[in-house]
Amino acid sequence: MSHDHHNMVSVSVTVNGEARTEECEARMLLVHFIREKLGLTGTHWGCDTSNCGVCVVSVDGQPVKSCTMLAAMADGAELTTVEGLETADGLHPIQQGFMECHGLQCGFCTPGMMIAAKSLLEQNPNPTEHEIRDGLSGQLCRCTGYHNIVKAVQFAAEKMSASQEGASS
Amino acid sequence: MTDTAVPTSAAGNPIGFGRMLRKEDVRFVRGQGHYIDDVNLPGMLHAAILRSPHAHARIISIDTSAAEAHPKVHAVITGAVLETLGLAWMPTMSYDTQAVLATDKVRFHGQEVAFVIADDRYAARDALELIDVDYEVLDPVMDAKRALDADAPVIRDDKEGQTDNHIFDWEAGDAADTDAAFASADVIVKQEMLYPRSHPAPMETCGTVADMNPLSGKLTLYSNTQAPHAHRTVYAMVAGLPEHLIQVICPDIGGGFGNKVPIYPGYVCSIVGSIVTKRPVKWVEDRSENLMSTGFARDYHMKGEIAATKDGKILALKVDVLADHGAFNATAQPTKYPAGFFHIFTGSYDYGAAHCKVSGVYTNKAPGGVAYACSFRVTEAVYLVERIVDCLADELGMDPAELRMKNLLRPEQFPYTTPTGWEYDSGDYPRALQLAMDIAGYDDLRKEQAEKRERGELMGIGISFFTEGVGAGPRKHMDILGLGMADGCDLRIHPTGKAQIRLSVQSQGQGHETTFAQIVAHELGIPPEDIQVINGDTDNTPVGLGTYGSRSTPVSGAAAAVVSQRVREKAKIIAATALECSVDDLEWELGRWQVKGDPEQGKTIQELALLAHSNLELPDGVEGHLDAQAVYNPPNLTYPFGAYICVVDVDPGTGHVQVRRFIAVDDCGPRINPMIVEGQVHGGLVDGIGMALMEVIAFDKDGTNLGGSYMDYLLPTPMEVPSFELGETVTPSPHHPLGVKGVGESATVGSPAAVVNAVVDALKPYNIRHADMPLTPAQVWMTMQGKTLRTDLAFED
Repeated sequence: MSHDHHNMVSVSVTVNGEARTEECEARMLLVHFIREKLGLTGTHWGCDTSNCGVCVVSVDGQPVKSCTMLAAMADGAELTTVEGLETADGLHPIQQGFMECHGLQCGFCTPGMMIAAKSLLEQNPNPTEHEIRDGLSGQLCRCTGYHNIVKAVQFAAEKMSASQEGASS
Repeated sequence: MTDTAVPTSAAGNPIGFGRMLRKEDVRFVRGQGHYIDDVNLPGMLHAAILRSPHAHARIISIDTSAAEAHPKVHAVITGAVLETLGLAWMPTMSYDTQAVLATDKVRFHGQEVAFVIADDRYAARDALELIDVDYEVLDPVMDAKRALDADAPVIRDDKEGQTDNHIFDWEAGDAADTDAAFASADVIVKQEMLYPRSHPAPMETCGTVADMNPLSGKLTLYSNTQAPHAHRTVYAMVAGLPEHLIQVICPDIGGGFGNKVPIYPGYVCSIVGSIVTKRPVKWVEDRSENLMSTGFARDYHMKGEIAATKDGKILALKVDVLADHGAFNATAQPTKYPAGFFHIFTGSYDYGAAHCKVSGVYTNKAPGGVAYACSFRVTEAVYLVERIVDCLADELGMDPAELRMKNLLRPEQFPYTTPTGWEYDSGDYPRALQLAMDIAGYDDLRKEQAEKRERGELMGIGISFFTEGVGAGPRKHMDILGLGMADGCDLRIHPTGKAQIRLSVQSQGQGHETTFAQIVAHELGIPPEDIQVINGDTDNTPVGLGTYGSRSTPVSGAAAAVVSQRVREKAKIIAATALECSVDDLEWELGRWQVKGDPEQGKTIQELALLAHSNLELPDGVEGHLDAQAVYNPPNLTYPFGAYICVVDVDPGTGHVQVRRFIAVDDCGPRINPMIVEGQVHGGLVDGIGMALMEVIAFDKDGTNLGGSYMDYLLPTPMEVPSFELGETVTPSPHHPLGVKGVGESATVGSPAAVVNAVVDALKPYNIRHADMPLTPAQVWMTMQGKTLRTDLAFED
């Protein structure tokens, strides 16, 4: 068995609007690249097996479990992590929803949960409770029992659709 | 307490109890939480652990030379290395020993064998594969029921005089009284049941960064432990390090649930690694390591017997327990109680006699047992009594709600001393059960069930009524490794009236930064946004035993109230001095001392804070400033309780169980922050549904752990659980300064029995009285075929 995995690659991404290029081992997982090379520790790691979803980030607009993707595969991609949710206008409605509805306790699953929720609402701006649960079924949380996470996503959906209406009127 | 109107601060927060958004969320929703794997120190190295592939094997040799030659490896530590330091074994919280790194044998699949320290985590993992261990495989003991067989292999042959796999026998209650009550009974129902091995599986695994300063000799240990002060003392005892030079710092913790109470071999190895390499060493376990080697929960084989009259008056209860503690007896509970608080198994009912016997045994499984929000095994106790009461209802042909209502303790019986010696502080049990039944629409559910049964559909309604004992505990009865279970609290009021409160307990998501600010606000009238809560740094917080067993609010919350009251009393002296009146002339109005009958004359707590630091001449013997300390030694546990009702639908073709509704009425006394309490209940209910339907750590014949990943150890996703219907009654604790009881584990303790009772109820047409958890589709379907499975072993005995 070869233990020489030291072939390095250069990976360029746009993360939360900022262009970054970093060297890393070709085998480095995207989650470690984000945390250790980009220094964005809001994205967490939880299981190795794509089950828990705490590592979910947005890659070119799609939610991806970043423990299951090599950093090299993200070369040229646009990434959004939890650190990119807040804008100059303030917290994203999903962040507001999680705070207002007590959709988090220990906070460890929250970044992945919010990125997955954002993706869900982009695809389905007015989901039913069942659709929210289905949409987040790749995410695990041990604290909240999901009850208030559902409420947080409903809060965000209402807020986002209200601002859409405001924008179009 | 909560019935009077609570004033609101300028920031919109309640100055006292009430719903308030959490302070900690400001960082968490921005990804600015700071967890153990986010701790990065200059020059830090990364460690990985080589683990045993066998459940039971003798180590013939370990060759680490190839790993040591790896260009990125700094050190490889084995049991032999630790032996030279006297650290190959460490004491457990149950006065047993546990291998830090195996020297003679490995005793469970996943046991720690070698510790590699390298430049980065990938290189450390690479080097693990370069270590060559030669094992002689031995027969493992995987079935607790066979552990005491005469021909069972002796697991702990490292212990002098240990000739079998027996750990302890322990009993509570009165056997003779219980036998007499059984002799007079019309009806006796026996039921054997397993509470299978499960795992807390917090989303964040366990980890540490050890940083030994070679010059000062100071060890700084970043660690996601639930009990930083207890850990500091144990490290001092184990490693012989001077305690004043050990600082344990807890970053934000990604869930604990009891999993982060013990001291794990990886922590000790990281300390040794930092000493050896003179660099900081980080070790964070992966998910498989977490599930396979760290503190599991339960694994209780219980034989219950309940005695009653033919009209349903319960007379007595007895239970015989075989407790599987794994290869090392490492449960963390008060020393006096090797079975934790299991002897609270008499539950919420009024009867005269009870007896339990618990025997602990070694098996070739990971150590642990007290974890997963279990309140020191109240989980197992509640499951036993609530399951067997349903079995009795079935035997008598009575409705389980009616049977419970008939036997519940009545409000006038409190304080109530149970047959095994607990003194329940307060309760109104029938009110809680009635409320749950009202929310559920119990009679209508029974009608719907009858109609569905006519059509061959399987719908079940399950009830559970629980009494918890939380807030360990009175020092005269409760210690861990000799450390009494009291908690300290420091409160400092700054000259401008802002406050800092320092806690011994450690949040893992419970929201202490918010709740404890509300306690101080409630007592002193300082807005909660003006109060900083400090925890998680042993150099900067008072000593106490930490957060587990739902003890933060009952113990540390009481300390916070007491320390606030001390500040208030001192402020009264300063107010009297400033107002030139007697302290007897003053009355407290939230946030202000004022003259009785002349409320215009008064000083706010903020004004008094400044006066306390000013040149105001104070009476003789009164020191300046407005700080205080307290240590709270609880006079008793607090006893929260609740009534839960679960409604399930079972697919007769597949055995799949869907939880349709879950009604939870909790009484934890007054609620400091109702939003946080409800959130904890939601989380606990999902734990209970998970344990009842999905979660188990099982083993195959060779001792392979079959629950070693989230693909195998199944946790509920949002799809397996409903939204919850909560209710509340309020019965204050008479002995807690705020009347509050703990709640963090109530739902985890109370809910599994409701789910199982509902599933068994659904299966009534099949003449089923019991099936062991987890009620997976396979288990339910097999039960319907008349062959319920053992869920803890993946082989036929």
